[in-house]
Amino acid sequence: MNFEKKLPIIEKTKIWLSISLILIAVAVGSILIRGLNYGIDFVGGTIITIDLHQTFDTKDIKSITDAYDKSADITYSGNQKHEVVISTKESLSNSQQKKLFASFKKKYNLKNKDLVSVDNITASVGAETTRNTIIASIVAVVLMLVYVTIRFEFYFGLSAVLALVHDIVIVIGVYALFQIQVNSPFIAAILTILGYSINDTIVVFDRIRENEGLIGMSNEQELTHLVDVSVTQTMRRSINTVATTLVAIIALYIFAVDAIRDFALPLIVGIACGCYSSIFVASPLWVIFQKKSSKSKFNAKIQRNSRRGQRNRRKAEKIEV
Amino acid sequence: MKKKINTKSTVGFFAFVAILIFCAYVLFHGISVGVYDIGNIKENMHYGLDLTGGVNVVLQAKPTKGKKLTDSKMEGTVSALKNRVDSLGVSEATVIRQGSNRIRVQIPSIQNQQEALDLIGRTAQLKFVGPDNKTILTGVHVTDSKAVTQKTSSGVEQPVVTLKFDSQGKKAFAEATQKYIGQQITIKLDDEVISSPTVNQAITDGEAVIEGSSDMDEAGNLASLIRGGALPVKLTTVQASTVGPTLGANSLDQSIFAGAIGVAAVLVFMLVFYRGLGIIADLALLVFVMLDLVVMSLMNVTLTLPGIAGMILTIGMAVDANVIIFERIKEESRNMGQSLASSVNAGFKNAMRSIIDSNVTTLIAGFVLFFMGTGSAQGFALTLIVGIILSMFTAVLVTRQLVKLFLNTNLIQNPKFYGI
Repeated sequence: MNFEKKLPIIEKTKIWLSISLILIAVAVGSILIRGLNYGIDFVGGTIITIDLHQTFDTKDIKSITDAYDKSADITYSGNQKHEVVISTKESLSNSQQKKLFASFKKKYNLKNKDLVSVDNITASVGAETTRNTIIASIVAVVLMLVYVTIRFEFYFGLSAVLALVHDIVIVIGVYALFQIQVNSPFIAAILTILGYSINDTIVVFDRIRENEGLIGMSNEQELTHLVDVSVTQTMRRSINTVATTLVAIIALYIFAVDAIRDFALPLIVGIACGCYSSIFVASPLWVIFQKKSSKSKFNAKIQRNSRRGQRNRRKAEKIEV
Repeated sequence: MKKKINTKSTVGFFAFVAILIFCAYVLFHGISVGVYDIGNIKENMHYGLDLTGGVNVVLQAKPTKGKKLTDSKMEGTVSALKNRVDSLGVSEATVIRQGSNRIRVQIPSIQNQQEALDLIGRTAQLKFVGPDNKTILTGVHVTDSKAVTQKTSSGVEQPVVTLKFDSQGKKAFAEATQKYIGQQITIKLDDEVISSPTVNQAITDGEAVIEGSSDMDEAGNLASLIRGGALPVKLTTVQASTVGPTLGANSLDQSIFAGAIGVAAVLVFMLVFYRGLGIIADLALLVFVMLDLVVMSLMNVTLTLPGIAGMILTIGMAVDANVIIFERIKEESRNMGQSLASSVNAGFKNAMRSIIDSNVTTLIAGFVLFFMGTGSAQGFALTLIVGIILSMFTAVLVTRQLVKLFLNTNLIQNPKFYGI
């Protein structure tokens, strides 16, 4: 193995962590200021899509929908913007939906098949979805932490999970910044990023674990050298892997339908973020933990060495006496 | 030193490629051999409602006053709903219980979606009530119900719903009609009066008709509601979505197209970066895509839009294992100066641990999502899990055998061809 060629990753820890902190600050700022645009899967409500076969004026639509919900959102979809999408915050009953469509049918001379889709979720189900998502994410993270601790060691797990939280916060920030609707694909996107980002980090950590036997980590220089070499060796793989996955997802983003597109954008951000964090966040964090924590493997070694050193010195003194 | 071309391995390698192309043809085009007709994979896949169009409803049961919601009541409701949905004459509808008090009904490819929604949610408690407000009998005693046309006394054809009672119902009905001659009996469905015929004579044959339907469709729906039986519990709709068939078909075609572009892009990418090894990886990737589709179809996995996204994502991840292995092979040969064959061996061996650890962590997320998620998130998780397991098989085992086979052919011995 080539242990000479390396990039100065650990030496510049401050720069990387500052970049991450700025990104996180922007993300948290967006979440706090703009808030998340929750879709009906989370807050409940009704979305009705009707193909009008013509472009329309929002005012005309409002004149029909106001009878059901004055705060209903009216947007368009479809390639020619002929489809009207009506989203209400209150969920409409089946008979209300029927009446609403009947009014459109009369006004725009439509057939039954022009009712493209109807989604209706009550608020209590929405609240349940939110709770389940949070629980599922926490369970996933804890289980991954346990697995990494068993296969590697606790501080690898902790650094990997922190890098993960970093990615997730940034992705949620993207949702807030671009006001992407948070619906059930959001859960799928977040959990994919959970799995993918940790995947990236593990590959780097695996190399650190492997190189540890060859390079050692008995002092700070060795520790820095070990991590720099390992990150450098896996750099090409990290970049190429992310590039291939991104190629597939970008194709998805460009060519697929809206529902998938909403899912693809956060994934693109999350996967790019995951690549960055596996190199520039997880490994530097691990080095910090190794240096700071008295229980870390690195400090345990140092203490053992210094005790051995003291014993040797004492022995030497005795002999002199 | 140039080695002689190994005929056996060369034949083996090209035979593999030929078989792969044949399988791809069968899979994507379909063939007919004699009486056997193997349709293409697109036709054999199960699609979710977002791809075919249809109705998806989640109903929540409320116990009636003073009565508890029991397991047997919920099971009874599920089977009553099944009867009801079957009476709509649609295939592949599913009625499943979710948790303690919810039932999900999915009906694919149905034209009249609003009607269907209406039909599903009704409790359909049929009651015959006497003029003194006493219940004579209920829908429980009805054994059959049909919609037919009948001539009225004035000779006009009108749609009616026929009822046939069981022996107990027959007796009760006979007694009541005897008692109330000249008076009105009210027929109520969910406390809504649907007909109030006047009793002209005692009816002892255990048969009755309900008049007042405006057309045959309405009479048909009422008959099937009565046939399906009343639900033991009251249901409220907590979630309902309908997707028109046009939207569904568009989504499917567009997703397949996007998927094909995605796969093609990944194939080109691997070829450019890893040249010779890239060809092998591409072959393995094709094996993966085909295997993934076949397994999904055999497992009867219902493919939804997020599911397709999950599949495309696993294609990216399938390539990841190869990238890890190939980078490792390059490193081994650069640093150790080993021969091509031994670099390949060392590369595979050393990459294994990190591939397994990284995939297992992703699998953990997949399983959590599968067991704790609902609906579309679950479909996504399943495709992710199947994809990761299959990709470990193809990216590691298939690639390894193919690389060995190709190296053995001695067709191309220049390491540069392998990107090394």
